Amino acid sequence: MNKLIFKHEFLIRIKSVITWSLSVTTLLFVFFSFFSVFSEQAEMMNQVLERFPKELLIAFGMNDMNYHTVLGYISFYFLFIQLLLAIQAGNYGFGLVSIEETEMTADFLLTRPVSRSKILTSKLGAALACMLLTDVVMWISMFTAISIFSEGKGYDLSTLLLLLFSVILFQLFFFSVGLMISLLVKRVRSVTPYSLGLAFGSYVLSAFSGVFGDVKLEYITPFKHFEPTYIINNGTLNTPLVLINIAITILALVAGYWLYLHRDIHAVS
Amino acid sequence: MSIIEVSHLTKFYGKSRGIVDVSFNVEEGEIFGFIGPNGAGKSTTIRLLLSLIHPTEGEGKVFGLDVTKHGPEIRRSIGYLPSEVFYYEGMKVIDLLKYSASFYKGDFTQRMKYLSELMELEMNRRISDLSFGNKKKVGIVQGLLHSPKLLFLDEPTSGLDPLMQRKFFDLIREENKRGVTVFFSSHILGEVQRLCNRVGIIREGSMVEISDIRSLQQNNYKKINVTANGLTPEFFDTPGVTNVQTENGSVNFFFKGDINAMVQKVSSLKLDDVTIEEPTLEEIFMHYYE
Repeated sequence: MNKLIFKHEFLIRIKSVITWSLSVTTLLFVFFSFFSVFSEQAEMMNQVLERFPKELLIAFGMNDMNYHTVLGYISFYFLFIQLLLAIQAGNYGFGLVSIEETEMTADFLLTRPVSRSKILTSKLGAALACMLLTDVVMWISMFTAISIFSEGKGYDLSTLLLLLFSVILFQLFFFSVGLMISLLVKRVRSVTPYSLGLAFGSYVLSAFSGVFGDVKLEYITPFKHFEPTYIINNGTLNTPLVLINIAITILALVAGYWLYLHRDIHAVS
Repeated sequence: MSIIEVSHLTKFYGKSRGIVDVSFNVEEGEIFGFIGPNGAGKSTTIRLLLSLIHPTEGEGKVFGLDVTKHGPEIRRSIGYLPSEVFYYEGMKVIDLLKYSASFYKGDFTQRMKYLSELMELEMNRRISDLSFGNKKKVGIVQGLLHSPKLLFLDEPTSGLDPLMQRKFFDLIREENKRGVTVFFSSHILGEVQRLCNRVGIIREGSMVEISDIRSLQQNNYKKINVTANGLTPEFFDTPGVTNVQTENGSVNFFFKGDINAMVQKVSSLKLDDVTIEEPTLEEIFMHYYE
């Protein structure tokens, strides 16, 4: 780890961290502000939902839900927070090395007396710190929102903590897979299309995996690995799927390091 | 001692050629010119030596260390000025220079001040607001800041006005006097001729000639211009004479061979004027490319 690179990388992302934290917080508060409406009219809500096709409900993860409990309500909208975090993590992963190459500053960095593995580790560390910072803001916002909107209803703290901490592994997946893909393609011209594609692609896979029950798409999408309804309803992580998630993450990181160490940094052409 | 040793270095980008079987040495304390047209492989060679790209075959050594294995160690004592300079757009010049300097051991405040004043660089402007020439100046200061022992200059003068170019050359000569070895890549022959001791000529990825500037000029042809009454071009119709041209009663030609024979031949004339010149590097260079 090189402190200089870490600091530099951290500072260039700080604006982005603020933006993402604000978005996540806003989303969280807006959703939670409707909690009282949902919990009061839970019966009516259930009746409405019964008329929807079951496949649709599964696709949106809206089956097996208890809108009138705090955790039930959180599991209903936590998906959207996951989606935001996935896009952010994808952005950082896809951009970690590629932005430096499209903006041609890679020449500067890689001609410093620092090894490539140290450069990548420092960049990685900074990006992880930025994601973690966003998570911390999200966690604080969550507890604040609960204290404001939950109307004194109780909930199981350990289950909530499990859900909240699971986002770290969830983000790591998008980050490391993004990094690996960015090193596999010749040049990433713009990061956003890639990270949006990866995030929504994974989400759609997870949604369809619910529709065609026996198709095993859940193996590869973190939205299934860390499905909020599963965690809330069972009070535990889906261990086999989480292990798959960790395996893919590690594989992508190792591949990322290998590709980066062997990469040719091309001049302007 | 050789500062740079390149042997049979080859780089292919997929199927397209970078450089093929390039070998040369650069000795300590010399200014080595590396000339060739665009796309000949100059930047490829430099990027291989900086381990920005990896060789397909062959090896390169800097300070006696293999570039693929000891990159960080080698780069501690290297300054690099790329042909096109790109830095973090959002940073101020001073912050970029400080960031760059912080990678090396030592205090470079004085040197930063000296270099930036010399190159007339405004330290508080944002990189994104700088013109191409000014970015180039940032590159020069950044490359020299940590007092490297070896400088890689990749077409360093593009974008600099003539006054700045002269200051830059003086600076490079000054560094060279302190013992700094310089690897100077360019397609402008005049500047290589002004600055370098030895040159390597690269063409379509291969080295075609490595030699002293002086011997390159000496072992080559002379430019001779003779003015005399009633002189005809046929007079010089002897072996070794090429490119005969007549202009206002004087005859120009290139000569390669025994200079004594030529001087005797010329002395048989009643001369108005005679000049015997070294050809410019430009003319020699064109010879390699014809």
